[in-house]
Amino acid sequence: MEIFVQQLINGLTLGSIYGLIAIGYTMVFGIIGMVNFAHGDVFMLSAFIALIFFLILTTWLGMTSIVLALLIVLVIAMVLTSLWGWAIERIAYRPLRGSFRLAPLISAIGVSIFLSNFVQVAQGARNKPTPPMMREVIVLFQGESGYNVALSYKQIVIMASTAVLLAIFWYLVQKTSLGRAQRACEQDRKMAALLGIDVDRTISLTFVIGAALAAVAGTMYLLYYGVVSFNDGFVPGVKAFTAAVLGGIGSLPGAVLGGLIIGLIETFWSAYFSIEYKDVAAFSILAIVLIFMPSGILGRPEVEKV
Amino acid sequence: MTAPSTTTTTAPATTSADTVVPVRFDFAAALKDSLKSAAIAFGLSIPILAFKTDQSGGDIFLTPRWGLVAIFVSIIFGVRLLQHAFMATKAYRLATPDPHQATEAVHAEPNAFQKVSRFGIPFFLGIAIGFPFLIYLIQGGMNESRYWVDLGILILTYVMLGWGLNIVVGLAGLLDLGYVAFYAVGAYSYALLSTTFGLSFWICLPVAGILAAFWGIILGFPVLRLRGDYLAIVTLAFGEIVRLVLINWVDLTNGGAGISSIPRATFFGLPFTAGEGGFADFFGIEYHGMQRMIFLYYLILALALLTNFVTMRLRKLPVGRAWEALREDEIACRSLGINTTNTKLTAFAIGAMFGGFAGSFFAVRQGFVSPESFNFLESAIILAIVVLGGMGSQIGVAIGAVVLVGGPEVLRNLGFLTAIFGAGFDPNEYRLLLFGAGMVAMMVWRPRGLISERQPSVFLKERKAISSAHVKEGHG
Repeated sequence: MEIFVQQLINGLTLGSIYGLIAIGYTMVFGIIGMVNFAHGDVFMLSAFIALIFFLILTTWLGMTSIVLALLIVLVIAMVLTSLWGWAIERIAYRPLRGSFRLAPLISAIGVSIFLSNFVQVAQGARNKPTPPMMREVIVLFQGESGYNVALSYKQIVIMASTAVLLAIFWYLVQKTSLGRAQRACEQDRKMAALLGIDVDRTISLTFVIGAALAAVAGTMYLLYYGVVSFNDGFVPGVKAFTAAVLGGIGSLPGAVLGGLIIGLIETFWSAYFSIEYKDVAAFSILAIVLIFMPSGILGRPEVEKV
Repeated sequence: MTAPSTTTTTAPATTSADTVVPVRFDFAAALKDSLKSAAIAFGLSIPILAFKTDQSGGDIFLTPRWGLVAIFVSIIFGVRLLQHAFMATKAYRLATPDPHQATEAVHAEPNAFQKVSRFGIPFFLGIAIGFPFLIYLIQGGMNESRYWVDLGILILTYVMLGWGLNIVVGLAGLLDLGYVAFYAVGAYSYALLSTTFGLSFWICLPVAGILAAFWGIILGFPVLRLRGDYLAIVTLAFGEIVRLVLINWVDLTNGGAGISSIPRATFFGLPFTAGEGGFADFFGIEYHGMQRMIFLYYLILALALLTNFVTMRLRKLPVGRAWEALREDEIACRSLGINTTNTKLTAFAIGAMFGGFAGSFFAVRQGFVSPESFNFLESAIILAIVVLGGMGSQIGVAIGAVVLVGGPEVLRNLGFLTAIFGAGFDPNEYRLLLFGAGMVAMMVWRPRGLISERQPSVFLKERKAISSAHVKEGHG
C-alpha cells in the first residue's frame, strides 16, 4: 500500500513532465499535421540551457535562494528555447509546406539528429550533473514496515508549476485572440487565411508555445533527476509522443491526460514488473495505441478525404 | 544552420514573372536582414556555445567561449549577406524573361547526369571491382592497403543496406525508421546459429535472410493500415523494442556484452588460415592475412550487386510497378484494384531480407555482435543515405553511401584540416551533425535527392527522363 502511494506520487510527477512535452507534439500535429520528431531534442536542449543558467546564477553571481534562481532559470530557458523553436520552424519546416508528404518528417528527423549532436559537440558526451538542491521531503505517513511515504519539495514544485503553467496556457488558447487564431488554423487553414489570419505567424507561435512548454519540462526534468546528457531527448520524446497519441493527438486535455497515464504506467511497471523492460513497455504501448486506437482517448477519429 | 528565409517555392518558374518588378540588390535592406539573422544566431548560441560545462571530479563548472560565438555569428552574418546578393541577382534574372523558358511542360530531354550515367555506371562498377587491386598498386603493398579495403567493405555494407531500404522507402514509399531491426535479426541469426549449432556461413546466410523477411512480415502486418508518419513511428518503436529485447534477454543473446568469437567466413569450406587445408594451401599460394579481407570485399560486392539486380528486375514485374504506384498514390492504387496489403508486405519482406543478408555479413566480418550496433542512429544513417542519394534512385543511393560513409574517413586523413582546426580535430565527431543538417537542407532544396530524375519502369517506344516536377509522391 505504501509503495503504491509512493509510486502514484512519482508517477504523477513524471507524468506532468511528459504531459508538458506532449502538448508540443499535439499542438503542432493539430495545426500542420506533422509529427515534430525533433521536439524531444528541443526538450533536451532546454534542459541544457537551464543547467547552464543555473550554474551562472549560483556559482558566478552567488545567488543563494534556490527558488528564486529556479524561477529566473525557468523564464530564461523558456525564452531561449522558444527562439530555438521559432528558428527550427523557420529553417526546417516552413519551406516544406506543399512538399511531398514525408518531407517534413524526414526534415524533423534531420533536425533531431542535428540538435543532439550539436549539444554533444558543444558540451561533451558525458552526463552533466547539477549541484544537489532541494533535498527536503515531507513524510506523508509511515507504513507498518517502517516505509516512509514521502513527497519531496521537488515533486511539489514540479506538479505545482505544471498546473500553473497549464492554466496560463489554457487561458491563452481559449480566451485570447491568438488562441482563437490558432484554433481556427487547426480547423481549416485555408479558410482562416481567407478571413485575414496570418497563418505563418500562427504556426510560428504554435512552435514557440510548444518549445516554451518543453523548456518548462526540461527545467523540471533537470530539477527532478539532477542530471542531463545529450541523448536524453530521444526516449522522453518518444514517451511524450506516445502520451499525445494515447490522449488523442490534436487534443490538449488529451495530451496532459496521456502524459499522466504514461507516467503512471512507467512507474508502476518499474515497481511491480521489471525495470529493464520499462522502455519496451513504453514503445509497445506506442505501437499498440497507434495500431489499434489511432484516435486516442479524447481525439476525434480522422476522416480520410480524397 | 542557414537557410533562405524567403519562402521559396520549389515549383518551376511559371508565367508569374511579368507581375514581379525586377529588383536590384538593395544593400541597406540586406544589411538590416543580415544583422537580424546575426542577432538570432547570437540568441541561439548564448548558452550552448558560449559556455561549456566541464567536470572535474564531482564538480561542474563553466568555461566561457565567446570567441566561438563571435565566429559563429559572423559566419551567419556573412552567409546571409551573400545569400541576399545572390538571391537578388537570381530574382532579377528570373524577372527578365528567358526566350528558352518553357511555358508548358513538354518533352523532357535527358539531362547531363543521364548522359554521363551511360558511361558512368560501367565506370563505377569497374572501380568497385578493381578497387582492391587499385589500392594495392597505389599503396604499394598488401598491408598498406588493409585500411582502404576495410573502408571499402564498410561502404559497400552501407550501399547494400541503402539499396535494401530503398525498396521500402524509395520504391514503395513507406518510411521505415526501424530498418536496423532486420539488420540485427540477420546478424544475430548468424551469430547464434553458428556459435550454438556450428552451422557454416553459407547455410546461415539464406537462413538469416529468410528469418529477417519473416520478421519483416510480422512487423509489417500490423502497420499496414497506418498513414505515412504513424507507420514511421511504429517501425521506430519496433526497431527499439528489438534492440531492448536483445539487451535484456541475457540467456539468449548474452545481453549488452554481445556475442563474440563468431566463426570467420570460409571460402566455400576452405578457411583462411596459414596451416594445412587452408585457402592458401589448397591453391598453392603464399598465405597472407589480406586474402580474407579481399574475399570479404568481393562477398559484400556480390551481395550488394545481387540486391541491385533483384531490385531492378522486381521493378519490371507487376509487384514492382505496384510498389511505385503505391508510392505515388495509395487511394488511386486501391481504386484500381491493387492489393495494397500484399504490395506493402512484399516490400517490407524483401527489404528486410536484404537487411538480413547484410546483417549476417556484418556478423561474419566483425566476429562480434552487440545490441549497440543496432540503435536508432544506425537506422537514421541508412535513411540519410537513401534520402540524400535520392529516394528511388539506385545509383544515387550508392553515391550517397560513398559520400556519407567514406567522406568523413577521407576528411580525417586530410592533413590540412588538422592544421586549420587544430590538433585533435576529428571529422567523425561532426559527421552526424552534418548528416542531420544535410537531411534538412536536402528536404528544403532538393527534396528528391541529388539524383532526382526517375527512369520510367514502363515506357512506350523510347525511354525519356521524367523530370522531378512531374513525379509527385505520397498523397493518400
